[in-house]
Amino acid sequence: MSRLDHTFENLRRGGRRGLVTFTTAGDPDLPRSADILRVLDRSGADVLEVGVPFSDPLADGPVIQRASERALRAGATLTRVLDLVEAVRPEIAAGIVLFTYANPILRMGMTPFVERAAAAGVDGVLALDLPIEEAGAFREATTAAGIDPIFLLSPTTTDARIRRAAELGRGFLYGISRLGVTGARDAIAEGAEALVARIRRATDLPIALGFGISRPEHVAAVGRWADAAVVGSALIEVIARASSERLLDEVARYVRWLGGDAAAGVPSGTVPATAGER
Amino acid sequence: MTVPSFGRRDPDARGYFGEYGGRFVPETLVAPVEELEQAYREARADPAFTADLEVLLRRYVGRPTPVYEATRLRAALAPEAGPGGVARIFLKREDLAHTGAHKINNALGQALLAVRMGKRRVVAETGAGQHGVATATACALLGLGCEVYMGADDMRRQALNVYRMRLLGAAVSQVDAGSRTLKDAINEAMRDWVTNVEDTYYLLGSVLGPHPYPLMVREFQSVIGREARTQLDELAGRAPDVVVACVGGGSNALGIFDGFVDDAGVRLVGVEAGGEALVAGRHAARFATGVAGVLQGTRSYLLQDLDGNIEPTHSVSAGLDYAAVGPEHAWLRDLGRAEYASASDEEALAAFRLLARTEGILPALESAHAVSHACRLAQELGRDRIIAVNLSGRGDKDVDAIRTREEAER
Repeated sequence: MSRLDHTFENLRRGGRRGLVTFTTAGDPDLPRSADILRVLDRSGADVLEVGVPFSDPLADGPVIQRASERALRAGATLTRVLDLVEAVRPEIAAGIVLFTYANPILRMGMTPFVERAAAAGVDGVLALDLPIEEAGAFREATTAAGIDPIFLLSPTTTDARIRRAAELGRGFLYGISRLGVTGARDAIAEGAEALVARIRRATDLPIALGFGISRPEHVAAVGRWADAAVVGSALIEVIARASSERLLDEVARYVRWLGGDAAAGVPSGTVPATAGER
Repeated sequence: MTVPSFGRRDPDARGYFGEYGGRFVPETLVAPVEELEQAYREARADPAFTADLEVLLRRYVGRPTPVYEATRLRAALAPEAGPGGVARIFLKREDLAHTGAHKINNALGQALLAVRMGKRRVVAETGAGQHGVATATACALLGLGCEVYMGADDMRRQALNVYRMRLLGAAVSQVDAGSRTLKDAINEAMRDWVTNVEDTYYLLGSVLGPHPYPLMVREFQSVIGREARTQLDELAGRAPDVVVACVGGGSNALGIFDGFVDDAGVRLVGVEAGGEALVAGRHAARFATGVAGVLQGTRSYLLQDLDGNIEPTHSVSAGLDYAAVGPEHAWLRDLGRAEYASASDEEALAAFRLLARTEGILPALESAHAVSHACRLAQELGRDRIIAVNLSGRGDKDVDAIRTREEAER
């Protein structure tokens, strides 16, 4: 059983829904990025998605594009992201999933990548532009290294491909709540519930639903259908807006607020209605 | 290569030319791309579709475009040539097609396909602006909505084409991300498509992107090669010894190569942008320093750094200023069927001036790269040889940029 299997098993046993956070590694810089991951873990995130910055993030909206640019300027590369994961792994209980475009992995080489990722303590990898048809070598290499390959499913995905992804995927399946790029929205897309229902019919794998989630009521709504909600762009906006001194406090407060901790209060100046979706 | 799924020289069922190509798209685009492939497959087999396109190409675009022998260009090369003399040079005049470049062949083909698929809105990317102008034109003709994404740097370099697109009723959206050139415009067009897939058709302008685009765009451009072959038979009495074309994504090159690829006696030469120097960030010669990788839906040669990020590129010509090359070119190169050279910014500008003064033709700066290399080859090969050059576009769009450059040099 992988760490991600345990995480979702424990959630189910406890009757809880999970919170998955997405941050771009190296934003605003590598040391603070490591601090942010520690704080996310301590503040209640169940799975940490760690974005590998890429020069051409064509599936991402403006918020994550800007985060990628900041991270690349700060010197983040796939190698350094793996170093960062290795450094924080012993202090973190949450599962760690790398979220990346294919080319950095292919440049490193599939085998060196999975060996390095496994050694660093990466639990799962999601490659945005490796749909199941192109993911053969990726899936073989990751599973052989004990890493869960995570696949995305979208409202445009056919039932046949959902079944195929359910056969090939491990850890959990990532449902995209709407068409389009990453970025927060005011409300959860209509159709998100229907997508989760279609996935449920095909598999027992846990389902995380993302794209457009930024507020506690979104997280709560998603929790009625899916096993976990993913918050990305909105969190990245919190990071981008916070002052250096307040950065970790703001991150902690935002995540506790998302999780329904009323004592956390509404974070100051956060949760813009137009933040990111991932 | 596995068995082709369509016809002659087609990629396999997964869209691979050898180990290049494929369909590396975010999940949301898988179904739309499959729908597109199915629609294209049906249209390609439908004589009515082909007939509609042929009528437009003849009556609206002005095809066939002529082939013209550049005798004064040849004479001007003689003083620097050896005793063997200079090869004959024939120009395939795609610059004379409506809108001023070969791009209209593909834009009309895909716009007809969009209509057939019931899509009412078209998005496109453009570098030099020629594909954007061709797409805006096709959309005006067929009554489709049109939005063109263009990098901020390219909008400055090709201001005339920006205005042309707007006159044609298209919305031109400035892209400020990344290198602010063609690559970033493609990212933005794909983001639009993934958001609006239900009513929107993505009209990609070169032999790039996920399957079936590389195949489909080549097929819409292959009219260039079919015509050139017949025309050269009539004019020169035989096939050329060498066919030369510039390669950005590579659609004009595959279009003319297609007429000659089965004839092993014809050398196929693609010319990339050598820029200022073959140093990272200062050129766009993918085959000179690139490594295979995945960008924007396809696996091909890429200018990338050791970490797999895409390197900035440079070329005096916006249409060649791109970090990847069409997957079929990568395959043809690995097979040894086509060869790839580069011409620098200065060489292309010199060829531009030479063609203007000897033949009264202002070529697009992209096409001037092909002219430059053809001149070099003509001097090497000698008088008994025949070279065909795809003059893929006209240079009006570049006049302002060249003037600015010349004034700065003074």
